[in-house]
Amino acid sequence: MDPVVGKYIGAGLACLGMAGAGIGLGNLFGQFLSGALRNPSAADSQRGTLLLGFALTEALGIFSLLVALLLLFVV
Amino acid sequence: MAAEGGGHSPIEQFAIKVVQPLKLFGYDASITNATLFMLLAVALIVGFFFVATRNPGRVPGRLQGAAEAIYEFIASTVRDNLDDGKDGRKYLPLVFSLFMFVLVANMLGMIPGFFTVTSHIIVTAALALLVISVVIIGGFMRHGIGFLKLFAPSGVPGWLMPILIPIEVISFVSRPISLSVRLFANMLAGHIALKIFAGFVGALLGAAGIAKLMAPLPLALTTALTALEFLVAFLQAYVFAVLTCVYLSDAVHGAH
Repeated sequence: MDPVVGKYIGAGLACLGMAGAGIGLGNLFGQFLSGALRNPSAADSQRGTLLLGFALTEALGIFSLLVALLLLFVV
Repeated sequence: MAAEGGGHSPIEQFAIKVVQPLKLFGYDASITNATLFMLLAVALIVGFFFVATRNPGRVPGRLQGAAEAIYEFIASTVRDNLDDGKDGRKYLPLVFSLFMFVLVANMLGMIPGFFTVTSHIIVTAALALLVISVVIIGGFMRHGIGFLKLFAPSGVPGWLMPILIPIEVISFVSRPISLSVRLFANMLAGHIALKIFAGFVGALLGAAGIAKLMAPLPLALTTALTALEFLVAFLQAYVFAVLTCVYLSDAVHGAH
């Protein structure tokens, strides 16, 4: 098999890792929304925590995207 | 590849170019574009705060108000995460400098054609190593050898210790790694993604027939991605500051 093929397959597989980040982000915003609808007055004070969780979760998806991009353009 | 419209690789933007070769004590200390943009970031921060706080008035003007808002933002973050009551406040200058440097470096990178220093792991790793060194040195200075109790949580049965201590040590050692990789990966992947989608526009415009009409689609996506990248640039600087506070609270509070 051509090694280049393996590179592209690897890049595609690496992107599967973003599924986990997707689940995490869905959970994060879904839980925030359900909490915020139950107690709207407390929602505003927790927006910073929400964004912090968003950045931390999104970073994990970015890691797998980074592996895919490095495979495509650097290796 | 279609994404590399015009033969430009999307990672070309991260190339380090030597501007002024320089040898210092046998080491290669050349001035590169990375050096220049780090100096520019520091100069912008120092210049802004110098001008903003030059004539402090009781009623702040626009610049002074902006400087005070930024200060209060970081000060409240430190208060919330690092406990203001005891020694926490003496770390505020460190957290503030780190936040401002990362924020301005990220934002400078968003200007087209500018170099993003935080997209290089050597820069973020140096910042993360600084943080973890301060945690270790500050922790030992405050708690002495008792700082090591951080790795052996109280209230845990003795037979669990052989498993728990290695886990705690590994989690401590991986902190600077995750701290630096998070920032570097976000900046690198974000800028590569922008370049790739921008490359689609050129590739579609160069294509024949009906495909030309599709060119506005990736252009709109590039615009949306740019907005997201501005959010990410700010959020990652904020996350860096918050995590620095969380790690420093180990140095301040010791064993939990």
